[in-house]
Amino acid sequence: MKKDIYEILQQRILVLDGAMGTMIQRHRLEEEDFRKGWFEDHDQSLKGNNDLLSLTRPEIIKEIHAAYFEAGADIAETNTFSGTTIAQADYGLENAVYEINYHSAKIARAVADEFTAKEPNKPRFVAGSMGPTNRTASISPDVNDPGFRGITFEQLVVAYIQQAEALLDGGVDILLVETVFDTLNAKAALFAIDEVCNQRGIKVPIMVSGTITDQSGRTLTGQTTEAFLISVSHMDLLTVGLNCALGASMMRPYLQVLDKNAPFGVSAHPNAGLPNEFGEYDETPEMMAAQIKEFLDENLVNIIGGCCGTNPDHIKAIADLAAQYEPRKIAVDV
Amino acid sequence: MSESKVTLRLSGLEPLIVTPESNFVNIGERTNVTGSRKFLRLIKEEQFDEALSVARDQVEGGAQIIDVNMDEGMIDGKEAMVRFLNLMAAEPDIARIPVMIDSSKWEIIEAGLQCVQGKGVVNSISLKEGKELFVEQATKVKRYGAAVIVMAFDEKGQADSYERRIEICERSYRILVDEVGFSKEDIIFDPNIFPVATGMEEHNNNALDFFNATKWIRENLPGAHVSGGVSNVSFSFRGNNVVREAMHAAFLYHAIQNGMDMGIVNPTMLEVYDDINKELLEFVEDVLLNRREDATERLLEYAETVKGEGGKKREKDMSWRETDVRKRLTHSLVKGITDFIVEDVEECRHQFERPIEVIEGPLMDGMNVVGDLFGSGKMFLPQVVKSARVMKKAVAYLLPFIEEEKGEGRSAAGKVLMATVKGDVHDIGKNIVGVVLGCNNYEVIDMGVMVPPDKIIEAAIKEQVDVIGLSGLITPSLDEMVTVAKEMERAELGIPLMIGGATTSRVHTAVKIEEHFTKDQAVHVLDASRSVTVVESLLGSKKEAFVKGLQEEYAKVRENHTKNRAQKTLLSIEDARKNKFKIDWDARDIVRPNRGGVIDIEFSTKELRDYIDWTPFFRTWELHGKYPAILKDEVVGAEAQQLFEDALKMLDQIQSENWLEHKGVVGIFRARSVGDDVELLDTNDNVIHVVHTIRQQLKKAPGVPNIALADFIAPAETGIQDYMGGFVVTSGLGIEERIAAFEADHDDYNSILLKALADRLAEAFAERLHEKVRTYIWGYATDENLNNEALIKESYQGIRPAPGYPACPDHTEKIGLFKLLEAEKRTGVTLTDSLAMYPTASVSGWYFAHPQSKYFGVGRINQEQVESLAERKGYSVEDMERWLSPNLH
Repeated sequence: MKKDIYEILQQRILVLDGAMGTMIQRHRLEEEDFRKGWFEDHDQSLKGNNDLLSLTRPEIIKEIHAAYFEAGADIAETNTFSGTTIAQADYGLENAVYEINYHSAKIARAVADEFTAKEPNKPRFVAGSMGPTNRTASISPDVNDPGFRGITFEQLVVAYIQQAEALLDGGVDILLVETVFDTLNAKAALFAIDEVCNQRGIKVPIMVSGTITDQSGRTLTGQTTEAFLISVSHMDLLTVGLNCALGASMMRPYLQVLDKNAPFGVSAHPNAGLPNEFGEYDETPEMMAAQIKEFLDENLVNIIGGCCGTNPDHIKAIADLAAQYEPRKIAVDV
Repeated sequence: MSESKVTLRLSGLEPLIVTPESNFVNIGERTNVTGSRKFLRLIKEEQFDEALSVARDQVEGGAQIIDVNMDEGMIDGKEAMVRFLNLMAAEPDIARIPVMIDSSKWEIIEAGLQCVQGKGVVNSISLKEGKELFVEQATKVKRYGAAVIVMAFDEKGQADSYERRIEICERSYRILVDEVGFSKEDIIFDPNIFPVATGMEEHNNNALDFFNATKWIRENLPGAHVSGGVSNVSFSFRGNNVVREAMHAAFLYHAIQNGMDMGIVNPTMLEVYDDINKELLEFVEDVLLNRREDATERLLEYAETVKGEGGKKREKDMSWRETDVRKRLTHSLVKGITDFIVEDVEECRHQFERPIEVIEGPLMDGMNVVGDLFGSGKMFLPQVVKSARVMKKAVAYLLPFIEEEKGEGRSAAGKVLMATVKGDVHDIGKNIVGVVLGCNNYEVIDMGVMVPPDKIIEAAIKEQVDVIGLSGLITPSLDEMVTVAKEMERAELGIPLMIGGATTSRVHTAVKIEEHFTKDQAVHVLDASRSVTVVESLLGSKKEAFVKGLQEEYAKVRENHTKNRAQKTLLSIEDARKNKFKIDWDARDIVRPNRGGVIDIEFSTKELRDYIDWTPFFRTWELHGKYPAILKDEVVGAEAQQLFEDALKMLDQIQSENWLEHKGVVGIFRARSVGDDVELLDTNDNVIHVVHTIRQQLKKAPGVPNIALADFIAPAETGIQDYMGGFVVTSGLGIEERIAAFEADHDDYNSILLKALADRLAEAFAERLHEKVRTYIWGYATDENLNNEALIKESYQGIRPAPGYPACPDHTEKIGLFKLLEAEKRTGVTLTDSLAMYPTASVSGWYFAHPQSKYFGVGRINQEQVESLAERKGYSVEDMERWLSPNLH
């Protein structure tokens, strides 16, 4: 029986995997790869809908998870970033949501168990990735009608409940509400998770990871890091953290805010720098690790990984580094 | 490593952390429809921009949390809450601070919780409806991630003593912490701030109980906070700001000492504790701390002397004793003086044939004066109670004489059942009505507060009462009153039903109650003092006429109400065009202008100042009332007079030192209407410009047209040569440097004053120019001779609607108007990207001269018309939608 993740988190820094999209790109997939066996006759183009690959090309996803575990990751994120009815509506695939999440979780679960069996002293975990969807509950999509909303809290809750249930059915250890650019969306996800946990009578470790969009230090919907933290603190989280949008060094001041104020663990999975003019990320593993070393020197994090532009080489560099450091101390609830 | 301490943390876009050091968190309270008439009006009229500026003022004024409440019987509270919170979310300067979602309806609270990304506060939940619902709501609040205000209220009612307060708060706390798992620090208690000095003995300990309960909560319920609505405490003194401000400050001072750490306070209604006049402070604290038996009397007496002024005392004036006896009776009643009442009543008795006539005559006249003063907020509740006491004494004195001539006197006055409805505990108003009716010889059966409908009906039947009076203060009571009416109907209880209380209204009674109750008459009673007249009318011989009048009145109210609702139906643009405003065109109604082409106009300040309409000027300063009456208004008169003097002084300076330049341009053109457009022509009949007008589409009552401005111009097919004009004027040239100078001097007052005056001058310019157009340039009303008042009332022929205003809401029409008149070049007025005129003290518009032309509002229109306009104007549909979005939604 593997150790409880709460306990492990007190003992060492855990490593989250890196980018899924970057790895998928390497395969130069075509339209048929996204349809194979499942959506052959679908009337819309599906290319780019990466979550579908868990169904149509499961071996690719499996291979990516394995590569990250091999590089030293403790936690794999499921390939379900867009696995809600809301995000899949763009492709007319609302009906595929359960399958996407369930099978994505299954694949990651199987790979994780394989590695845990090989290295019982380093148990591997699966985090079910719950992305922000492509709608915002706090901002009007219509500049002329600031009171309008393209999505409601209730609609988000319904969608996130479906996703959470399928991920849990597929066997994830953790639910990861990530790339939060609108805290209201995240609150809907948390509401949904709470609902599902209550119904099932279970407690699932939850990670929340916000996105500070630029150096204003605020989320897309205008919250400061601390306001964001307060807004999600009603849930008993495993970790709160930041991901995406920024490279590691730019993320540091905001991680300091979380470190100072969060009564939970702190996570970070930055991008490999900022994209260049071709939309590519060029920070090498060494460059990224050098910046992350500063987090570790300051004892800012409990979980560290990579977001856009990172690959197993980055994760290996980060994992090697993290192994040399003590984790941040988490304040025990009074 | 986390340094976080367990403490209340809230967030909007930014955090708000409440620590023991943060002293007192001030909750902004103006965005509350139950507390602010202005805000209610703005929400009702869907003036959301202005409603948002109310919110912004709160934040800028230092509010740390913003309370939003949409509990009003006549608006859809849930929709309004969602809409307003969404709009607030789009304003970073408002969304900065956390939101307090304030409602007595759970569904509104939940809808609100679904709109805020930050961690807000729910205001409020309680054990009122039992533990189960409390646990359910608390669990939800927790899941939504908000803190919560818990009212000291349980199944038995609202806590009104120290013991009940701590009993309920402790029980609530234990349930929240032990059973729901609510964070201790997210619990905020509202242990009920009730009015003191109400004249009712049982209210004397209200403030003290609150202080003690606050202290107990802070010492015994770790983590929990205490909040409350402070203005309640001084409710008895509404209208007397000197006393109210002192009471608020003193109350806050003691409450904070005892541990209250947040509260709803209107900062403009707050005196600095140390600045309170020492004498007043002593009286106030005597009342708050219940230090002497006569504390209320003494404060009331003092309050009399500072009504509306800065705390100067007035000598006791006994000259009223010299006046005639009717006046003396009225004086005693209004002032609540019992010393001379017997003496005066005795004197009066000899002037009438029958003693009862003294009651029906002079005494009731006096009570009516009391009623009017109270109704207009110029008397306070405790004073009314005192008046009632005087009345009672007078009646008691007369009673033996009335008994003596039994048989001739009026039959025994009726029996009235009074109750505050289920769910509501506010009984001050009801008690007053009871007292007033009691001393008018009615037998009052007071059933107390939170009375369920079946109990009311049971008692009414058993006691064979003649009238039922329902009272309530909070919004849900409105629905409860409807239930009582329905139950009375079911029980076939054919007695009149009186509705009263702060949230009730004539409209609500007419729309929601009267129709459900056909067995007798339902009537809304505006305030306590009117209850006597109403009951008399309902029970006496005049009933039939009274009821008939009421029914007609209510039917009209309902009709207007449905009309407002029915407006939601839109006609197709085709049908609306068919229902155009029809003018029987006759060339004789049209006058050929004296001067064609475009003309430059200049006026001096001296020529314009007599044309100023002052009423809107005062409105700018939130002084409401018509000029010149406002200068003598009892409440705001002094302030208005001062402001007016300052304005005149500045006008003198504007005039003598040439601060402002007034430039304008005007042009009258040949015109013909083609559908909803008006074509302007040069002398060779070439079309030089097309004015696109917008047609009303709301479905109208039969015979009422759907108007567009084009209807006021003779259609091309009539062959009649018609004309239309346009103008642009400004009084803002030169204002910049003056404003800059004032602002550099931090002289906001004069800066605002100058801007307000420039605006008024620009309006005066437009008025003066219109007059010149009517009498000379166009000259269709050469014999017109109107004074300024008549001008303000617009009692002249023809109109001058402005683009962007109700009759032609399309701002883009300004572009054509400006081009047509070369307005930029000739007047210096420019149009901003959003087509606002700059300088802002500018006015532009079109002239229509036909005797039947009139102002109207376009109101809502549909997509079809927008597309038609876009096509006619050569705009994209999206652009047109954007400009007309206020009319589309």
